[in-house]
Order: sequence, then structure tokens, then C-alpha cells
Amino acid sequence: MKPLTHAIGAPLDRIEGREKVTGSALYAYEHQLKNVAYAFPVQSTIARGRVISIDTSRAQTIPGVLAVLSAANAPRLGPVDDADLAVLQSTEIAYYGQFVAAVIAESLEIARYAAECLVISYEEWPHDVDLQTDRKDLYKPARVNGDYETDTESGDVEAALASAPFSIDCVYTTPAEHNNPLETHATIAAWHDNEVTMYDATQGAGWTQDIIVKAFKLPHEHVHIIAPHVGGAFGCKAFAHPHTILAVMAAQVTRRPVKLALTRQMMFAVAGYRTPTIQHIRMGAAKDGRLTAIAHDVITQTARIQEFAEQAAVQTRTMYAAPNRRTTHRLARLDVPVPAWMRAPGEAPGMFALESAMDEMALACGLDPIEFRIRNEPEIDPETGLPYSSRNLVACLREGARRFGWDRRNPRPRAHLEGRWLVGSGVAASTYPVFQTPDPTHARVHVDHEGNYTVRIDAADIGTGARTALTQIAADAFEVPVECVCVEIGNTNLPPATGAGGSRGTASWGTAIVDAANKLHACLADEHNGLIPPAGIEVTGELGENPEAQRFSMHSFGAQFAEVRVNADTGEVRVPYLLGVFAAGRIINPKTARSQFLGGMTMGLSMALDEESYMDQRFGDYVNHDFASYHIASDPDIGTIDIAWIDEHDPHVNPLGVKGIGEIGIVGTAAAIANAVYHATGIRVRDLPITLDKLLG
Amino acid sequence: MEIAITLQVNGVDHELTLDTRTTLLDALREHLGITGPKKGCDHGQCGACTILLDGRRVYSCLALAVAHQGSRITTIEGLARDGHLHPLQQAFIEHDALQCGYCTPGQICSAVGMLREAEDGWPSVVSIDLNETHPALSDDEIRERMNGNLCRCGAYANIVPAIAEVAQKEGQR
Repeated sequence: MKPLTHAIGAPLDRIEGREKVTGSALYAYEHQLKNVAYAFPVQSTIARGRVISIDTSRAQTIPGVLAVLSAANAPRLGPVDDADLAVLQSTEIAYYGQFVAAVIAESLEIARYAAECLVISYEEWPHDVDLQTDRKDLYKPARVNGDYETDTESGDVEAALASAPFSIDCVYTTPAEHNNPLETHATIAAWHDNEVTMYDATQGAGWTQDIIVKAFKLPHEHVHIIAPHVGGAFGCKAFAHPHTILAVMAAQVTRRPVKLALTRQMMFAVAGYRTPTIQHIRMGAAKDGRLTAIAHDVITQTARIQEFAEQAAVQTRTMYAAPNRRTTHRLARLDVPVPAWMRAPGEAPGMFALESAMDEMALACGLDPIEFRIRNEPEIDPETGLPYSSRNLVACLREGARRFGWDRRNPRPRAHLEGRWLVGSGVAASTYPVFQTPDPTHARVHVDHEGNYTVRIDAADIGTGARTALTQIAADAFEVPVECVCVEIGNTNLPPATGAGGSRGTASWGTAIVDAANKLHACLADEHNGLIPPAGIEVTGELGENPEAQRFSMHSFGAQFAEVRVNADTGEVRVPYLLGVFAAGRIINPKTARSQFLGGMTMGLSMALDEESYMDQRFGDYVNHDFASYHIASDPDIGTIDIAWIDEHDPHVNPLGVKGIGEIGIVGTAAAIANAVYHATGIRVRDLPITLDKLLG
Repeated sequence: MEIAITLQVNGVDHELTLDTRTTLLDALREHLGITGPKKGCDHGQCGACTILLDGRRVYSCLALAVAHQGSRITTIEGLARDGHLHPLQQAFIEHDALQCGYCTPGQICSAVGMLREAEDGWPSVVSIDLNETHPALSDDEIRERMNGNLCRCGAYANIVPAIAEVAQKEGQR
């Protein structure tokens, strides 16, 4: 009998770490193809209207220019589900920065120069990019992102609020934020006969494949997407954006492999972003500090061309008990770029509002914010009535309080001054759902007679550590050391699988691998007397339906603690210490998992203090479109961050007990920091980011 | 306009004919297939393209290739010797100071340059004594000196200890 291995739980170094630190890991734009041409897109300089004409005469005379594409000559596409992907199919313009043309040339320098030489004339129509609560045309979408109900209501919220001894009524706002992975979106597209091969920066090669199949009316087996390494994504590389289509078109027209990378500036218009949110929260509580009512009403924007409805109130349906409750989502359809997924869509902005409100409500009730949350802990999911498969929010709060030294905290705001620095601390809860993917997910395993296992699955590692975690899962499933396992991912020629999104990758892919292992063990025992035959064995496992998902409410939880220092004279906010304690099921690799939590919280700090895309109403453009003007956290902004987790065994979520950890880290950080800023200064900032001006005067 | 030049990269001379507008970054990536240096912004704002030019760290997206004939160019590919990783490369792996890895070559080249700057007595904005000939690299010094290299995955809290460990071994802490 083979010894049982214990790769799961071991802090393995990232498998591709050596490739990444030596520069040999190849990202999309870096695959070496012969005879490549370069495409450079041209963006509209109006927010709404149509292109009257494009004068290409000067561009066409530049040596090295191969083609100029526009709506006048672009190949006709098949029907696409996302109207933003109908690239160059019409002269109409739906948002500032939409692609209106592209130049393909022998070099990047020539393409870019020629793109600047196009003379484009527009017919400009009035545009409307103003997100306001008093708009008459706010509408209720059919569903919100994540396929949730748009609104929920139970009990009598208004009556409960009217009679509550304690209540709050507050509006919280979060700005537009852009994902900004360090690798800009990039694609190389190459046609050969009737097939197209793409090296693409994508969170899901299969997802990109589906879109190209539809747009170019090709059979699946004629579209090959290759993405071994992806330079960050955070949601914006989940689905194809216009440049992906444009690259394939450009390669089709020029009959050359074509490289296309967005500039950093372009990414602020054509690659998705988090919508700004306006969130109205009302809460009522009885004298004992138990909530009697919660209402969370959300307004966000969507694009005229394509709907996206951020589900910012959805977590409020499950976080706290209250007999009377309501959540709503309304949209303003504007002439803006298309909002999309950004790390924890829904929860990240939604929990800033809810967890800020919980802090305000605790103060209103005269309770400690941790005690207040514990007092409102639900026994079952308050809206679905289902039991939780596991819910350890209280354990996270208590463990966090112990580690943070919460009992030493003076609850009085603006009570602690060190030199010219006001010092304060705050807490907030985190949560993220356990999604079950609807995408078919298969893992094919081959074992040779020497006991080497090769796992093939079209999974994605966008920096999450998926390749490493899956190797560990496979090693334990096959009961061999990790050195005997090779996991191949990031290629549509592998068995199809869901992409990386919704924190469900490891759970989905891992479950398919476990299923393959079960089949392999059965096959070995039944047909081969337990011995691997000389030719080896190959089996395919799959991710089946999880009937438990109908019987249980499945979520991860966490508690985040922040210590902040606010300069009394300048309003500068520093965050010397953050602590996150999570209950997120089984942790496969503590080293890479810690990095995931750290990364999420770092992005959460960035959301709290730095990030804001400014909409210029006059032009309908996000104007601060580079790293000099769109600030993200940099090294000196980050102090000490401690990460811990509760040992959680959840047999219901999947056979591995994995819940997913890619997103929960960003959820709650901004509220913890805002609550700490209130504690330090006595100033409640309900409008992110918390900039100096909001703390002065 | 095109011009013939020779670039010395990681100890090897490469003869090239380049558009004069070509940046050093694009020359490396698009003409020589040396893709360790990354393009994250092309504007000197993210640091992913950091290389060593005659031993000093620079943003290669802000340098024109034709201006650097005769320079010693070192990229991330040139740091390992005889299959042995540079101590910073090893420390980045062990501390998991990377996630997607796209900023990593720039971070490591930048750290190599940064350690040398400190050794040469260069102060930073957080240095207390500007005349100190061998400034000690506290965590705050490392954070400040690495400020020009962004990491969107948020690995800073692992990058600083990775660099600190190497600085410690080299007597710079």
C-alpha cells in the first residue's frame, strides 16, 4: 500500500516561481511568432454620435502600413451576446474611447504613428454620463450580476424603522474603479487555413474561445486559446473585450499573425471597471441592540450599449439577522464605457456601505462593534431560510479581537493623539459566496507505468497559485508525492473547464481532479489488479452538480481589523497595521493562500485611500487614465499585514471542503479603515476614497 | 527612419536595425525576444520594465534604444549565473513575493540596483542622515526605495521581507 501523502496544507513554493523570477514565463504578448504585424486601435473622441468619415489617405502612404480597419471595411461578425463586442460593425458611438478604427503595420511604431494620422470627423449627439439618485429614468434590471434576484423584501421595513428606538439613515458612495492588472490586455491572433490560434491574456481560455467561436462563426475545434501565464486580471480579463475581436479581425484581413496590446490609457475605456455606487442604508434596532430592520437600496450605472448590474446589496441578504428587510438595485443607463467585474463585484462596494453602517449602528446602540455584530448573528440564512453549510464569522471576530488586542481599545473617538497623529482602530466583517460554476469542467489524467501523473485541465492561473494548489490536490488524490504530478493548464486544447472568476476555480477544478482520481483508483482495482499497465491509464473526471447547494447557504466569512494614523494637520491617512482573520473552508497551500488574502487586503486599502476614476461630464471620459493620476497602493503605503484563518471543515461545499479565497480579502478592508478613521478623528467618511480633503476643515 | 546599432545585453552583442523611435524596452522585447522586462504602462509609471543600464536601474520604456549603444544592459535573464539564481530571485520565490509575476522582473532588477545605490551611500527621502555613507536598509527605507515598482497583486508585504533578507545577508541592515 502506498503511503498517504499530505501535500494539501503544505506551504509549497509556487511551481512557476522560478520561471517568473528569471523572466522565462511567457505572457500573451511574448510568444514568439514569425512574420508578425502590429495593430494599434483608434478610439472615439466623443461619447455619443457617429463617425461621418475617416480620412486614411495620409496613413495609407506611410511605408509599413498594411491596413486600416474601420466600420467601412471590417469583416462582418456573427451575432455576439455582448454588444460591446460588435467591433467596427457600425459607425455609431456609444461611449468615449470606443474603437472606431485600427491600423495594422509592420511595426508598433509605424502602427501607432499612422493611427495618429487618421482624420476622423464625427456627428456629435448630446451625451449623458451623470449618475444621480434623483434621475427619473432609473430602472430595475431583470436580474443582477451573479444571477441574483434584483430586489428582495420581507416583513414591514418602514413600520419597523418608524418604531425602532435606535436607527440610522445614511448614504454611502463609492467611485468608479479600474482593475488595472499590471499586464495590459494583450492578444496575438494567428489564422492558419480556417483555424485561429490566440495567445491571450485571459482568466478563462474557454470563455474567450466561446466568444471567438460565435463572433467568427467557427466550430469550437477551430479556435485555440493559449494562456499559460496571465499578468493579473482581477475580473477584467474574465471575458473578451473589443481588442480581442479586433486582433482576430486584423489577422484575418492581413493574413499575418497580429499582436495587439492595449495601452494603459486605453484600459480605462475598453476593458471594464467597477461602476460607481450610491448606497442608501437604513437600520433600526431594539433597545437590546438587535436589528429589527435593514434596508439596502443601491443605485449604479450601466452602459447604454450593454447592461451590467452590480449586485452591491446582495450580501446584505445574508449578513445579519433582522425580521424586516429589503434590498433593491436600480440602474442608470448612461453613455459610459461598459462596467464589468472587478474583484468581488457586489461585495467589495456593498460591504463598504454595510460594514460602515454596522459601525454607525453599533455606536447608535451604545454597543461595541464586535459585540453588536455577534448580537445580530443569524442562526440560519435570514432570507433563504437555509442553514449555513458553515458560518464562522463570530469565530473570526473573536480570534481577530484577541490577536488585535481589541479589549485594550478606548471606544471614545478622537481620544488618542501621538504627536500630531490621531490614532484609531476599526473592524469590519468580510464575506463572499461559494459559487457553483455552471460551466462543464473536466480533468483528464494520465498515469504512466512509472507512476508519473499528468493532469490536463483548461484551468487558469492568473497569479492565484492555482497551478500549485491543483498539483497538491492531485498529489493527495493520487496518493503520490507532488514531484510525480504535472498539471497542464491554460489551453483550450486541454479538457474544457471553467475559468478563474467568482473565487471558484480551485474548488471546481480540484473537484474534477478528485473525481478523476476516484475513477482511476476504481479502474486500477477493477481492471488491473491494482497495477499500472505498461501502456499507462487515462481517465477523465468531471465536476458534477452539487445537490447540497440547494440545501445549504454557502459563504466564506472573515473579520478585518485596521489601525490607522491620521495627521491632525494634513489629513494624511496611514495604515500601519491590518489584520485579516478568515473562515474560508480548507486552505490548500498556506503560503500562496496567505498571498491571496494579503493581495486582496492590499487592494482593499488601495480602494479605501487611493482609487477613484474621475468622469469628466463634458466629454464623458474617465480622465485620470494612467498610474500617475489613477493611484493604486505602492510599497510605502503598506505597513504590517497579518493574516490568519480558522480551521474550517465544510463537507457540503465540495469533496475538498474548499470555499475559494481570491476575492474575500478585498471585502471589508475599506470599511475597517473608514471605521478606524472615524475612531481616530471623529469624522465619518461615507464617500470613498478617504482623501485628505474629507478630513480637513 | 532606421539605423543600425549594436546593443550589449547580458554580455552578448546584438546587431540590430531599428526604427529610431523604438524604446529600449521594445527593442528587447520585440526585436531580441528578451521578454523578461515587461510593459505595464510605457510611461515610466509602473516599473515593470526596469533593467540595469551600466549597473544602474532604469525604466527601459523611457529610454530610446539608439541612445544606448555601448551601454552594458542587464535584464532579469542576466541575473542568474551558471544556473544559480541571484539571491534576490531565490528570496522572491521563498517569500512568495510574487503572484501573477508580471511586475517581478522589474521588482528584482530594481532591488538589485537599489541595494547598490545604498551601498554607494545614496540617501532616500526617508533617510535621517543624508551624509551616512552606508545607510542601513530598514523596512521603511526599502519601501521608499522600491516605490517606483508597482505590484497590483499586492505582494508588497512579501517583497519587503524578501529584499530585507538579502540586504541582511549582505550586511546592509
